[in-house]
Amino acid sequence: MKILVCISNVPDTTTKIAFTNDNTQFSTAGVQFVLNPYDEIALSRAIELCEGGKGTVTVLHVGEASSEPTIRKALAIGADDAIRVNAIPRDAYFVAHQIATYAKGKGFDLILTGRESIDYNGSQVAAMVGEFLDIPSISIIKKLDFDGTTAAVQREIEGGKEVLNTPTPLVASCAEGVAEPKIPNMRGIMSARTKPLQVIDPVELPQLLTFKKFTTPAPRGTVEMVPAEDITKLVNLLHTEAKVI
Amino acid sequence: MSVLVYVENVGGKFKKSTFEVVSYSKAIADKLNTELVAISIGDVAQEDLSSLGKYGATKVLHITSEKLKSFINQAYASVIAEAAKSVHATAIVLANSFSGKGLAPRIAVKLEAGLADGAVELPNIENGLFSIKKTAFSGKAFALVEISSAIKVITLNPNSYPIKESGTSATVEKFDTENKETDFRTIIKEIVRATDKISLPEAERVVSAGRGLKGPENWGMIEELANVLGAATACSKPVSDAGWRPHEEHVGQTGIAISPNLYIAVGISGAIQHLAGVSSSKTIVVINKDPEAPFFKVADYGIVGDAFEVVPKLTEALKAYKAGH
Repeated sequence: MKILVCISNVPDTTTKIAFTNDNTQFSTAGVQFVLNPYDEIALSRAIELCEGGKGTVTVLHVGEASSEPTIRKALAIGADDAIRVNAIPRDAYFVAHQIATYAKGKGFDLILTGRESIDYNGSQVAAMVGEFLDIPSISIIKKLDFDGTTAAVQREIEGGKEVLNTPTPLVASCAEGVAEPKIPNMRGIMSARTKPLQVIDPVELPQLLTFKKFTTPAPRGTVEMVPAEDITKLVNLLHTEAKVI
Repeated sequence: MSVLVYVENVGGKFKKSTFEVVSYSKAIADKLNTELVAISIGDVAQEDLSSLGKYGATKVLHITSEKLKSFINQAYASVIAEAAKSVHATAIVLANSFSGKGLAPRIAVKLEAGLADGAVELPNIENGLFSIKKTAFSGKAFALVEISSAIKVITLNPNSYPIKESGTSATVEKFDTENKETDFRTIIKEIVRATDKISLPEAERVVSAGRGLKGPENWGMIEELANVLGAATACSKPVSDAGWRPHEEHVGQTGIAISPNLYIAVGISGAIQHLAGVSSSKTIVVINKDPEAPFFKVADYGIVGDAFEVVPKLTEALKAYKAGH
């Protein structure tokens, strides 16, 4: 079994978001970058499925050399080898195209991503890769099993869940529930240094979309405190002032 | 030229987010001075299809077949892309729902279209370019993206655009297209839907609780409060991590991002990761026994007190309010 896990390098979840250059760029000053938490779930499940010599896990990252610590972390968690497409990941379309170009004809049974990256929140890449390769894609899965020919998947739907079977190859984006994130151990960290990391050039394609500017949400007004013994006051405020009931 | 909107149904019925997305698409069609066409896939009653005219659709295309009765994103994406070609759509709009997330990217690739996901406002249209505000950094920021491709695909976040009634009834037309056999490789084995539960991403009101509740056995009062309000229930990450509540209730940066009209947080301190997913709620009520809880800083109304006393009292007060209205 061959699994490709696509990973992104994102600001740590505790990051306070700020922008520079007239609000056109994310300010990376003092920001700790990490492996996208959802990608960590996808990677952890891939490693579980391949445990005991049942297969190999390759991680692929579209990004610059500065994200190599995140790639090494993925290798330390247990991926066998890594590919870095040397380009700025300008949008989901571009990234998905690079992934599909690399994966084409390489015989991956599963191509996994996280449900979304926590920076641009696109949740687009998995389905785009599926379309580029003309294979099934399932977005936001909660469970994944694979018997070598058929993937059994649980997907989140409004108000419930859906259980699906899909022949491979399959692209899926993973959410919580697929696996518990694995933590690298000492042996993993040591061996990650010598695992193969190949750098390849991107393929060019036209730009369809541009990130122009960023804004942060307007600050909220001051909180109105209501005494715990005067709950009726809260109900009245919700009715007359907030108009939500 | 036209604008095409995909009208998602659940069990043959349109949902609130469908009417939101039709109203939103109508406004785009008006900006472009063109008509709005809807595409519906699967079994939906004729009168429900024509009633989409109320929200601005002039024509509703519908297609159904044994194979298209259940949602297979690959097949549905092919149908929507074909419909877009047949009506010369320059913009295609979908709800940013679980299904929409699986569909829109495939449609965008098929039509070589730029995709703005999670739009929260109408696009600004100038010289054929669409500038759209969308959520980014898990609700900690917004991004303005510009789509420059000939065809644009947009997914609209739930609760971001009001439902507007503008028209009367739409003409309903059958749409025909042949799917490739390979579009149907995915087989749906089972759909489990709790019909009595309000879907969290779309809910107008949400009651959420955190570790302050001390254990899963104490959720009864949260559910009761949610019931009185007609609200969905949610929880913080530590609660779903501990297995007290299912993962699909987890709201926050690594869970679901929501923007209900009313968000009541009980026993949640308000870590930055949690706030990221809920800060676009219109009204936030925080109930916490710690007056220093960071959540109070972003709340509209706050109550310092013991959840086990405040929540049942609030439920009673709301019951009394409802009885009087």
